[in-house]
Amino acid sequence: MEHESKTPWWLKALQTGLIGGVVAVLSCLIGMIESFHERDIIAGQITMGETVLLLIVITFSYFSSRGTEDTALPKRLTSGALTGLVTGGLVAGLVLLGKWVNLREILVNASPNLYKILTFEMENTTTALAYLLIAGTVIGLLTALLHLIPTVWRRAVIYGLTIVSLIALLQDLIRITLTRFPQITEALAWMFGSRGQEGLSVNGAIAVFLIVTALNYASATRGDSIRSRVRALPTGTQQGLRWGSWLLLFAFLLIWPRIAGPYLSEVTNGIGLFILMGLGLNIVVGYAGLLDLGYVAFFALGAYTMAVLTTTGGEITANFEWTFWQALPAAIFMAVLAGVVLGIPVLKIRGDYLAIITLGFGEIIRIMFLSDFLKPYFGGSFGIVLIASPTFGNLRFNTPQTLYYVILAGCLLALFVAYRLRDSRMGRAWKAIREDEDVAQAMGINLTSTKLLAFAMGAAFGGLGGAIFASKLSTVYPHSFVFLVSINVLALIIVGGMGSLPGVIVGALLLVGLPEFLREFSEFRNLIFGALLIAMMLSKPEGFLPEAVHRRELHEADNAANTAGT
Amino acid sequence: MSNILTAQNVTKRFGGLTAVSTLDIEIPEKSIYSVIGPNGAGKTTFFNCITGFYHPEEGNIVFDNRTILGLTSDQISQRGISRTYQNIRLFSNLTALENILVGQHALLKSTLFGPIFGLASTRREEADALKEARRLLAFVSLAGKGDLLAKNLPYGDQRRLEIARALASKPKLLLLDEPTAGMNPNETEDMTKFIRRLRDELGITILLIEHDMRVVMGISEKITVLDYGEKIAEGTPKDIQGNERVIEAYLGRGSAAQITA
Amino acid sequence: MRQRFLNRINFTDIALGIIGASLVGLIVVGSFKTLAEGNYTTRQWLDFVVFGVAQGSIYALIALGYTLVYGILRMINFAHSEVFMSGAFTAYFAADAMAKAGFIRSNPFIAILILFAISMATSVFIGVLVERIAYRPLRRAPRLVPLITAIGASFFLQYTFKGLYGDQFKAYPEVAALKGSWTWGDLNITRIQVVVILSAALLMLGLYLYVQYTKTGKAMRAVSEDKDVAALMGINVDAIIVRTFVLGAALAGAAGILYALTFRQVNFLMGFIPGIKAFTAAVLGGIGNIPGAMLGGLFLGLFESVGPILFLDGLNVPAPYQLKDVIAFTMLVLVLLFRPSGILGERLSEKKA
Repeated sequence: MEHESKTPWWLKALQTGLIGGVVAVLSCLIGMIESFHERDIIAGQITMGETVLLLIVITFSYFSSRGTEDTALPKRLTSGALTGLVTGGLVAGLVLLGKWVNLREILVNASPNLYKILTFEMENTTTALAYLLIAGTVIGLLTALLHLIPTVWRRAVIYGLTIVSLIALLQDLIRITLTRFPQITEALAWMFGSRGQEGLSVNGAIAVFLIVTALNYASATRGDSIRSRVRALPTGTQQGLRWGSWLLLFAFLLIWPRIAGPYLSEVTNGIGLFILMGLGLNIVVGYAGLLDLGYVAFFALGAYTMAVLTTTGGEITANFEWTFWQALPAAIFMAVLAGVVLGIPVLKIRGDYLAIITLGFGEIIRIMFLSDFLKPYFGGSFGIVLIASPTFGNLRFNTPQTLYYVILAGCLLALFVAYRLRDSRMGRAWKAIREDEDVAQAMGINLTSTKLLAFAMGAAFGGLGGAIFASKLSTVYPHSFVFLVSINVLALIIVGGMGSLPGVIVGALLLVGLPEFLREFSEFRNLIFGALLIAMMLSKPEGFLPEAVHRRELHEADNAANTAGT
Repeated sequence: MSNILTAQNVTKRFGGLTAVSTLDIEIPEKSIYSVIGPNGAGKTTFFNCITGFYHPEEGNIVFDNRTILGLTSDQISQRGISRTYQNIRLFSNLTALENILVGQHALLKSTLFGPIFGLASTRREEADALKEARRLLAFVSLAGKGDLLAKNLPYGDQRRLEIARALASKPKLLLLDEPTAGMNPNETEDMTKFIRRLRDELGITILLIEHDMRVVMGISEKITVLDYGEKIAEGTPKDIQGNERVIEAYLGRGSAAQITA
Repeated sequence: MRQRFLNRINFTDIALGIIGASLVGLIVVGSFKTLAEGNYTTRQWLDFVVFGVAQGSIYALIALGYTLVYGILRMINFAHSEVFMSGAFTAYFAADAMAKAGFIRSNPFIAILILFAISMATSVFIGVLVERIAYRPLRRAPRLVPLITAIGASFFLQYTFKGLYGDQFKAYPEVAALKGSWTWGDLNITRIQVVVILSAALLMLGLYLYVQYTKTGKAMRAVSEDKDVAALMGINVDAIIVRTFVLGAALAGAAGILYALTFRQVNFLMGFIPGIKAFTAAVLGGIGNIPGAMLGGLFLGLFESVGPILFLDGLNVPAPYQLKDVIAFTMLVLVLLFRPSGILGERLSEKKA
C-alpha cells in the first residue's frame, strides 16, 4: 500500500470517509438498504439493511485506521472516527436533501420508507441526523480499536460475527431442512425469532457467536499441533483417514435429497447444473486462458438437441421421440461439433477478439433459435415442450429428488475428467498456452489443435449440462440462454479461482446458491456479480480457492503408490 | 564435418527497416557458434526467423538437410530446434518441474483418453516423463526446487530452468539468447562451463547470442558479426578479435585506428 | 517456393476457406435472387440506405470510444456501452422536465444542446470513474484481468442505473421541430436522420482534427505507440489516458442523445447491443484506427439495414430482419478471419519475442 504518499493522514481518513459515504448513499439509492431492511439478522434488534450500512462504515474505518505497525493509537482512533463521521455525514446529507427536494422524481428508490430507516424511525429529523453522525463516529472509533486486539482473537471475533450473519441469512434454508426433524423443534424455536424473516433470536445469536468464536480460537491456537499429529501418523493410516472422509462426503451426497426435501433438492439441482457448466468453462478459461463469453451457446445446443430429439408433442416438425439416454450422446456431440466448427476459425484470433467473437456466437445461436426462420424446427419464442425425462428400468427421474442423482452423476463425471486432465500432458499444454502462447508454440505445442481440444471439452460439459437442463424443465425457450448465463458461469469461476476445481464448486454455491435463499439478494444479484468481478480482480485475482500447485518432485513414493494402486 | 543449419540469403524487413539483410550462415554440427553485434544488429530477429516466430521475406533456412521455411514454430521445434529467450520467458505460474514437462510435450503421446481412463501406457509415459524431468532438473543443478513456481525462483535459477526446458524436447540445435545476461562473473563462469558441457556431453550444437566478449571468445569455435542486419565478419575468435570492421561497428568509426595504434 | 507454400497450408486453412466461401456464396446467391425478384422499389432500397447511414453514424461515434481506448491501452473497454447508456438515460430527466415546461417547443435548438451537454458530462464522469477504479490499478496485469474487470464494471453500471432510475423504458419527448422529412425524387430523409448524420459527422471531424493537430492529440498518438518511451519523453501517461477516456466518453454521450432522438426510448439495458455493434464496427474498420472506426460504423449500419433483405429475402427466409444481428456478427467473424487488421488497419506487427 502507498504509505509513503504526501497526503497527510487526516486528509486520507477524510477521503476514505467520503468514498465510504458515497458507497453508503449509493446502496441506499439503488434500493438495497430498503429491500434488505425487510429481513432481520437478529430478531427485533438489527436488520440486514442496517447491517449492510454498519459493514460499510466498519470496512472503511478499518482501512483508514489501519496505518502501519507503529502508528500511534490517537492517530488511529482519530482516523477511524473521522472516517466514520464523514460516512455518517454523507448519509445524513442524503436524508437532509431528501427532506428538501423530492428526489423520487428521478431516483425511484429515494422513498419515504428509506428515510424512515435512515432516521431510525424518529420523528425529529435533527435528532436523527445527530444520531447518524454520532453513530458513524462511535463505530469508526470502535473499529479503530479492533486493531488493538491480538490477531488471533480478532480473526476469531470476525469469524464468529460472519457465521452469525450467515446463519441468520440462511434461516429459511436451515428451518426448512430442520423442521423435517421434529425432535429439535424446541431448539429451533429457541435459536430463531418466532416468526419467519426474523433471523436469529438474541439468545441464538449469542450462543452461535460464542461457540464459533471459541472453536475458531481453539483451531487457531491448537490447530497446528493437531495437524502435525495427523501428519505423524503412518502413511497408511493417513491415507485411510483421507479415504474415510471422502467416503463420508460421498455418503452424505447420496442421502442429501432425503435430508433436503423437494425444494432444497431443486435448488441443489440448479447449483449442480452451474457446477457442470463451471467445470466446462473452467477448462477453457481457467486452464487454457481462452476467454469465452458465449459459453451459453453450448448449453443451448445441448438443451435444444435433447429437446428436438425427445419431444413428444408441440408445434415443431421434428418427430424422433428418442429416449433421454439415446439423445444424450447426440446432445453432447452437437455441442462438441459446434465447439469445433466455431473453434477452427476463432482460435486463430488472439486474445480479446476471442471474447467478442464468442459473445457474438452465443447471441447468434440464441437469435437463431428465436427466429421465425427456424421456427418449424425449434419453435421460435414458444420453444419446445414435452421433453423426455431420464429413465432407468422402471425408475423415472422426473422429480427434483430423483433428478438430483442424474445431475450428481454428471457433476462427478465432469469433476473426474477435469481432475484427470489437469495434470496430464494436455492440461500442461493448456496451462502453458495460458501463460505464454508464443513460447508454448515454440516448445512444440500445436496451438490450434490444443486450443480446439480445450474448446471441445468445455463444449461437451456445456452440452451435457444443457441436455439435463432441458429434460429437467421438460421445456426449452430461447430466453433461457441469454448472455447473462455466460457471465454467471464466468463469475463463479473467477470468484472461486480460475483453474481451481474446488473453486468452481464454492463459486457455484456462493453465486448461485446464496441468491436462491435470499429473495432480496437476488434482486441485486447482477449488480453484486459485477462488483465482485471488479473486486476480485483488484484484490484477489487468483480467487478464493486458488488453483493448487501440484507438488510432485519430492513425492516419488506417493506417485509410485498411486500408480500401483489405481 | 556437415552443417546442421544453413541460412542462405535470409532477409527480414519490418516496413522500411531491414532487420536482417541477405545473411548467409553455415553452422557445423556439434559446434559452438556465436552471433554477436551491437544492439539492434538483428541477432534476435535472426533467431526468430530460425524458430518460425518471423517469416523472412527472402532466402532459405535449411536444417538437417530440409528447409524449415514456412513451418510454424511448433513444427520447427519438433524438427529439433529449441531456444531460450533474451528476457526469460518461463511459464511463470507453473512449477519448475511442470515447465520441463511442457518441454517434453512433443515427445509424449497421450491426449484425452489416456489420462481420463488411466490407461497403463499413459501412466508409464507420465512416470518416465517425470523421471526425465527430474534428471534434467538435477542436470541444471536445480534438484529439490522442482515444486517451486517458476516465478519464485531466483534469476540465475530461472536462466538454467529455461535451458532445462529447452533441453527437454531433445533438440539437435539449441539457440541461447544471451544466457549470461545479468549474471555476475562467477555465475558467468559457471554458465560458460555449463554450455560447453551441453555440447561435449549431450552432443548438441549450440548457437549463441552473447554480449560478454570473454564468454564469446572463450567458448566459440566460430563467430559471425552482424551490424545493421548485415554480416560484417565471420571467422574464428582470433580472426574476429583483430578485425577492423568489427571494432568500428562496436566502438564507432576511427576507433580501430586508435586501438591498433 | 512450392515447398514453402505446402509447408504453410494446413487443415484449418482449408476448413476456413470452405466456411468463408460458402458464406460468401450464400450472400451472392441471396442478393442475386432478391434483386431478380424485384419485390422492393428503388425508394425502399434508398430508405434502407438512409436508415443504415444514420444508424451507422451512431455506431461510428460509439466505436470511436472503443478504438481510442484500444489504441492506447490495447484493451476492450467493455463498459463503454454503459458509458453510452448512462448519458442518454440521465439526460432523459432533463428532456422530460424541459418538455413539461414547454421549453423544447419554444427553444428546440437550445434544448437539444442542453441535452447533449448533460449526456456528455454524465458519460464523461462515468467513463473517467471506470478508468480510475477498474482499469488504472491493473495497468501491468495480464490482459485477461482488465477485460474481466471491464465486464464486471459493465454489469455493475447497468444494474446500478437500474437501481437508481428504475427498470422501465422511459419515452423521450418528441421534438416538434424535428418532425417531418425532406424528399428529393426517390430519396426520402427524415429531419432526425439529417440531424444525426450531420452532428455525427461534425463530432468526428472535430475529433480527427483534435487528434491530428493538438498537442494532446500528438501525445495520445505517442502513448499509443509506446507508453514507456512516451513517459521518458516527459509525457504524463496517466493524464493522457484519462483524456482519451474523456474523449471517447463524450462521443458516446453524444451518440446516446442521437440514439434517444431516433428511437425515443431509453432503459438501463439500452447500451448492450449498440455497444457490441459498435465494437464490431471498430474491428471492422481496424481497431485503433480513427477513420477506420467511422468507416466501420457506416459499413455495419448499412449491412444491418440493407443486408437482411438483400441477402436473405431472396432465399425465402421469413422475417429476415430478425436476423440482422446474426449478419452483423457473421461480418465480424469474416473480417477477423480474412483481414484481422480490419478495412483500414495496418497489419498488426509480427513482433512476438
